[in-house]
Amino acid sequence: MYSDKVIDHFTNPRNVGEIEGANGVGQVGNAKCGDIMRISLVVEEDIIKDIKFKTFGCGAAVATSSMVTEMVKGKTLEEALKVTNSTVAEALGGLPETKLHCSNLAADAVHDAIKNYLEKTKV
Amino acid sequence: MKRIYLDHSATTPVDPQVAELMMKYFVDYYGNPSSVHYYGREVRKALDEARTQVATLIGANPAEIAFTSGGTEADNLAIQGAAKAKLKKGNHLITSAIEHHAVLDTCKHLGKNGYELTILPVDEEGIISVDELKKAIRPETILVSIMHANNEVGSIQPIEEIGKITKQQDILFHVDAVQSLGKCSIDVKAMNIDLLTISSHKIYGPKGVGALYIRKGVRVSPLMFGGAQERKIRSGTENAPGIIGFGKACELAGQRMESERAHLTSLRDKLIDGIMSKIDNVKLNGPSGSKRLVNNVNVSINFIEGESLLLSLDMIGVAASSGSACTSGSLDPSHVLLAMGLSHEVAHGSLRLSLGMQNTDEDIDYVLEELPKIVDRLRAMSPLYTKTSC
Ligand SMILES: Cc1ncc(COP(=O)(O)O)c(C=O)c1O
Ligand SMILES: [Zn+2]
Repeated sequence: MYSDKVIDHFTNPRNVGEIEGANGVGQVGNAKCGDIMRISLVVEEDIIKDIKFKTFGCGAAVATSSMVTEMVKGKTLEEALKVTNSTVAEALGGLPETKLHCSNLAADAVHDAIKNYLEKTKV
Repeated sequence: MKRIYLDHSATTPVDPQVAELMMKYFVDYYGNPSSVHYYGREVRKALDEARTQVATLIGANPAEIAFTSGGTEADNLAIQGAAKAKLKKGNHLITSAIEHHAVLDTCKHLGKNGYELTILPVDEEGIISVDELKKAIRPETILVSIMHANNEVGSIQPIEEIGKITKQQDILFHVDAVQSLGKCSIDVKAMNIDLLTISSHKIYGPKGVGALYIRKGVRVSPLMFGGAQERKIRSGTENAPGIIGFGKACELAGQRMESERAHLTSLRDKLIDGIMSKIDNVKLNGPSGSKRLVNNVNVSINFIEGESLLLSLDMIGVAASSGSACTSGSLDPSHVLLAMGLSHEVAHGSLRLSLGMQNTDEDIDYVLEELPKIVDRLRAMSPLYTKTSC
């Protein structure tokens, strides 16, 4: 039911972990569905230099987390904010319909981490 | 790749002896059992034999068996049919929170359509309280429906005790024995059961066939009207190959029951003990020992989610199942685990391994070797897991 890309990202997830000294962290969760995702990132001069994730969730949740980190790494914050949950799902070659709710986290977690960075740097 | 099937509670392979017998009734003896000619008579004979084989396994008379399209239909027929037939006497039904959806959703449907419904809770092992049941009975109670062994956590319910109460109070007692058939001895007379649901594909028979035992003298209204087959209780040309296969499967199950119980219990306990000792932060869901179905293992592995566990196991050739929401397509994890008081997080991390005839000690060794590695990998990815949490 999953595409090869999803299985690839699930089996060999990119950018797993937590960055010590991150300047932006975000966490979104859906206790009901059981998917929780945490993103930490390092932003330098408006560019996402490094990003890592940790995810509690199903295959779709892990794969979308992994994919989103690849999609935004090296990008400007503005570019990263344009990445949406559905572009992540698209990049994975689509997700089964029953799994779309699980992918509704990945981009949100990144946006949450960026927001956290922006709030910190404002003060 | 070596493949190990550990999902026998979902379904089982058809026994080659069963498949071989069925084949004849597809290609050679293909008559309609209602026909008077040779083709019909030959099938009728085989159906009669199947009815006897099924009845024998549960201590019933052949005339008390009505074949259906499976466990789901038998549950529906029992509950809807008895509720309708008994409506003059009362409109109150009692069931439990851990029933299969074929029972629970049927009862809930009736609960919205003129019937009163009590859903009994279960304790942390997934077992109902007989005292609670007694308290729930009212003058207008017409039916109690409680499963024998639960399909997710393997908890065995106090069927004998319930049967005594329902008999004494003249209330119909329906039991869904889909998971216990062939694994626990069932005697509908000794257990005072009025209606018993069984299904073929969980006992090495074909899919799409089951039966409802209906105690002599008990009336259930049919769900389907037509050619008056199965003593008018279930119209429709009989699924002859399926029923004959089911009969054979019942005969084999009876012969194998004792040795299979020993085989499955030993594998089950080895698997449970191995998981508990090799992985930290795990919880056994359901009872241990004799209150647990012989082939059921269900554990919650904290900090990881069930579906990702299933995917990882599938990649190494192990087929299992989970009560996680993400495996069901709904947003909620298993209603059984929630009824037992598990939190959503813990319920999401549940893993069910259900054993079967062909499983070996080596299969269990392999799982015990590989599962801890998978758990480590997934926990390393989990935001809920910190090394200090154990
Ligand atoms: C306890 C229980 N009842 C009923 C059913 C439904 O049986 P069937 O698949 O034959 O419709 C199942 C099978 O999943 C079951 O485990
Ligand atoms: Zn999910």
